[in-house]
Amino acid sequence: MAYDSFKTLTSSAVPLPIENVDTDQIIPARFLKATERIGFGDNLFRDWRYNQDGSPKSEFVLNNSTYSGKILVGGHNFGSGSSREHAAWAIYDYGFRCVVSSFFADIFRGNCLNIGVLPVQVSETFLAQIFEAIEKNPNTSLTIDLLNQKISLDAMGISESFDINKYKKENMLNGYDDIDYLSNIKSEIQQFASNTPL
Amino acid sequence: MKQTLFDKVWDSHIVRSIEHGPDVLFIDRHMVHEVTSPVAFLGIKNRELPVLYPERTFATADHNTPTINQHLPVADPLSRNQLKALEQNANAHGISYWGLGHEKNGIVHVVGPEYGITQPGATIVCGDSHTSTHGAFGAIAFGIGTSEVEMVLATQCIMQPKPKKMRITINGSLNEGVTPKDVALFIISKLTTSGATGYFVEYAGEVFQQLSMEGRMTVCNLSIEMGARGGMIAPDEKTFEYIKDREFTPKGADWEKAMDYWKTLHTDEGASFDKEFIYHGSEIDPMITFGTNPGMGMSITKAIPKASELEGGEATYAKSLEYMGYKEGELMVGKPIDYVFIGSCTNGRIEDFRAFASVVKGKKRADNVTAWLVPGSHKVLNAIKEEGLLEIFEEAQFELREPGCSACLAMNDDKIPAGKYAVSTSNRNFEGRQGPGSRTLLASPLVAAAAAITGKITDPRTLINH
Repeated sequence: MAYDSFKTLTSSAVPLPIENVDTDQIIPARFLKATERIGFGDNLFRDWRYNQDGSPKSEFVLNNSTYSGKILVGGHNFGSGSSREHAAWAIYDYGFRCVVSSFFADIFRGNCLNIGVLPVQVSETFLAQIFEAIEKNPNTSLTIDLLNQKISLDAMGISESFDINKYKKENMLNGYDDIDYLSNIKSEIQQFASNTPL
Repeated sequence: MKQTLFDKVWDSHIVRSIEHGPDVLFIDRHMVHEVTSPVAFLGIKNRELPVLYPERTFATADHNTPTINQHLPVADPLSRNQLKALEQNANAHGISYWGLGHEKNGIVHVVGPEYGITQPGATIVCGDSHTSTHGAFGAIAFGIGTSEVEMVLATQCIMQPKPKKMRITINGSLNEGVTPKDVALFIISKLTTSGATGYFVEYAGEVFQQLSMEGRMTVCNLSIEMGARGGMIAPDEKTFEYIKDREFTPKGADWEKAMDYWKTLHTDEGASFDKEFIYHGSEIDPMITFGTNPGMGMSITKAIPKASELEGGEATYAKSLEYMGYKEGELMVGKPIDYVFIGSCTNGRIEDFRAFASVVKGKKRADNVTAWLVPGSHKVLNAIKEEGLLEIFEEAQFELREPGCSACLAMNDDKIPAGKYAVSTSNRNFEGRQGPGSRTLLASPLVAAAAAITGKITDPRTLINH
């Protein structure tokens, strides 16, 4: 098992209603110097979260104890820019298991799926409803049901279905990763390679 | 079945397709650098897996490296440790390693083409989103995450669904003072930073045919900035001329055989795309960005758009302009700047330094400007010296540094201070990209040169030496 399996999650959520959140904001390049995957959560949204002297910026949502939970809700085009998987690691290490947005950048979405963070893409309308519900009640809970591919705003009794390809869904439900799959077809790969000159 | 260039290359690398899932895609060549690879090497160690085909992986150090005094030990212990890890991992697995000080060292997307690792029809990946650069040769090249780096090391494959196909055609030719960088910033300003997400782009039309290989690399490099997985251009005589006789390209009979295949790599007449955009070269002016993503660019002569003229996202737009210290409706020309950066995998090739030299020749750097000229590789550095550009730079009071990614992402000491404005030939103007609080204006080497000479944002067409 390569990472924690993901079946259902019910949690309050942290809202970040900003568009085009790029991976340089999620984790700035100067914090990518580690050679092991540890401690990245401390620097999640580093420059939005802390002043240059290291003191917290009180207005930023991660410094506001009103908001908490295992779900991060972001604006359109979340995770654009650099391919750094460190962005997904930082989100995971901080304690999030799911990111909700109306649109994700490709590489970021793939990185999340590869480490066991579920990216859930919803309509602009549903995203606006989520932000509104959290604004009214920061403790409002969302439920993400991967098996049925459904996200619900529990108190309001509204839900929406979301897409995920069948292969990745199986992986997430069981905590498998791609190397588990690829290792099982090694001879097929070697056969292919022998016909593919360098 | 009519096929696109992208179909031909992708389909020929499918090991197997999973129903309602991704394709298992064979990767011909894999490039690694020090930042996104150590955890991948640790992963295969923990799984007790070897590198399946070490001869297909190439390692170079670039993101963390200093751009002065490269002969000395790297001062920052964390950077030094990461560079050491890459060297140890490469040596342990029999991977060729071009570390700091090596004659072939340089930015991964500059050295790959220089040594012929990049070839038409190949699949090329690297843990870096600007891997799209290599698409200039008719390769499928794209950035991957560290989990995928681990996959490629262990199995030489990745698992991804086939992207949709987009073609961007630009007919006609470019006006004077308009460079490949302007073409890319123009396209991104039209499509936005998410306009090509989910697509692989083919660039077609006379403008791209006329571009040099360096220019094509600049355009393909920036494909990711509109969200595309990658971008590619059909190989032609220019492509073959560029790669012939490079170290890793086929020789003799193998070359002839490869050429037979490469000549088939073009989109068939009548093949279909999921989305198409068509522009004319004459629409494009020298460009500059005014906000905090690469889609926020415009003709250098224009005023910053008003939020009311844009679709949605007014709060995000206001946040962006506030960060930049700009107001809607202001003209960009004449605004003071503090730093100029020439370099990166976008514009760190010899042609970029030639363009910069064409403007600064016989002039002097403005006193208020700090300029960093950072070649993309040792090969570029040597060419700058051999072509006499170094004398031009020195006479104009510019200092040439040593190769690396440098101020593009400011992982080393080359950081733009908080609040300062940098006209940069790099690829991203995100908040803090070039150092905490830094303000980046993306532009071509010509616009950067004009800013370096005048100390403010200047239309380079007013300065071009005839």
